[in-house]
Amino acid sequence: MFAPGTRVRVRDDWPETRGPVHLRTPHYLRGRTGTVERHLGDFPNPEDLAFRRPAPRLPLYHVRFDQSPIWPEGAPGDEVLVELFGPWLEAA
Amino acid sequence: MSGILETDSERLFAALRTVLAAKNIASADEIAERIAVTDAGSPAQGARMVARAWVDPAYRAQMLADGTRAAEALGIPMRGAPPLGVLENAEGLHHLVVCTLCSCYPRAVLGYPPFWFKSAAYRARAVRDPRGLLAEFGTELPPGTRIRVVDSTADYRWMVLPLRPPGTEGWPEDRLAALVHEGDMIGITLVHV
Amino acid sequence: MHDLGGVSRFMCEPVDPSPHALTDFDKQVDALRQVLGMKGIMSVDELRRGIEAIPEADYHRLGYYQRWVRSIAGNLLANGVVSEAELRAALDAA
Repeated sequence: MFAPGTRVRVRDDWPETRGPVHLRTPHYLRGRTGTVERHLGDFPNPEDLAFRRPAPRLPLYHVRFDQSPIWPEGAPGDEVLVELFGPWLEAA
Repeated sequence: MSGILETDSERLFAALRTVLAAKNIASADEIAERIAVTDAGSPAQGARMVARAWVDPAYRAQMLADGTRAAEALGIPMRGAPPLGVLENAEGLHHLVVCTLCSCYPRAVLGYPPFWFKSAAYRARAVRDPRGLLAEFGTELPPGTRIRVVDSTADYRWMVLPLRPPGTEGWPEDRLAALVHEGDMIGITLVHV
Repeated sequence: MHDLGGVSRFMCEPVDPSPHALTDFDKQVDALRQVLGMKGIMSVDELRRGIEAIPEADYHRLGYYQRWVRSIAGNLLANGVVSEAELRAALDAA
């Protein structure tokens, strides 16, 4: 579990290059570092639900990222707040 | 099988409905009932919540802590709906909601998503160029306002609690609710008197 | 193709803010998806996976709810909820 305020990195992983998948981690966040806002609850893994596989419940976090390192257009202070599942995150 | 999937969509859908009705999987009544339930969701529901939050600090606290319960407290049916999260705009902080992966939308409290919310242009630009997008919609944020884009990627659905506009002191709830529009609760526009 | 956040080719494309009312077809497709979800026959995640699997040329040719029909039909056929023969018979009878 990641406590609010923890710095986390989104895994720089691209499962879509290895075969059919359904992912809820947007491409633009892979490898990016953000801050956990809060734990939103535990939900069945959509990557499994999409294929009718047994879907373990995973912790879902709201994670905040600065926009400026991600996009050339990003204004200082602007952020993006995204729901991400625990297995996609590692302590930064 | 690929052949049949390329059948004209309306014909294919009519055939699906025939087969599913014959198998007692989805009857015409069941489909009509879901249409009625979905049609009952509308921005007027979200606007009632916003107006209540502006006049009742305890309700505002509940809405920010648990949007689903706050909606139910106003009689909005939330059974079967995904959890509702509410994000509050403040002086210096503005939220803008998008779903870059599909078109997740808090339908129970805002109704069907507007066409533009589902467009590729909105989904691509909201996370990367929110200021350009707001300008395109004629929305001017006070100088120094930070933008927090909310990319709705998973199980929650998000709505924005907009700032109450000045000049509305003492207004009754229904008059306040009439000021609040769909875009204000997505964050693409601001509430104006 | 569906993972659109920040994708460069759309950055100069204006957003069309005009309202588009849903058609009866749109609402019926939406409602059928809900019924199938509530009965555990097809999850919203399966719907999305099916939409994401539509070849790019078809994806752009099809409207929003036309993609849903394609995904729903593909899922129900793949899972044996309906058979191709049943669908063909219904198409022929229509």
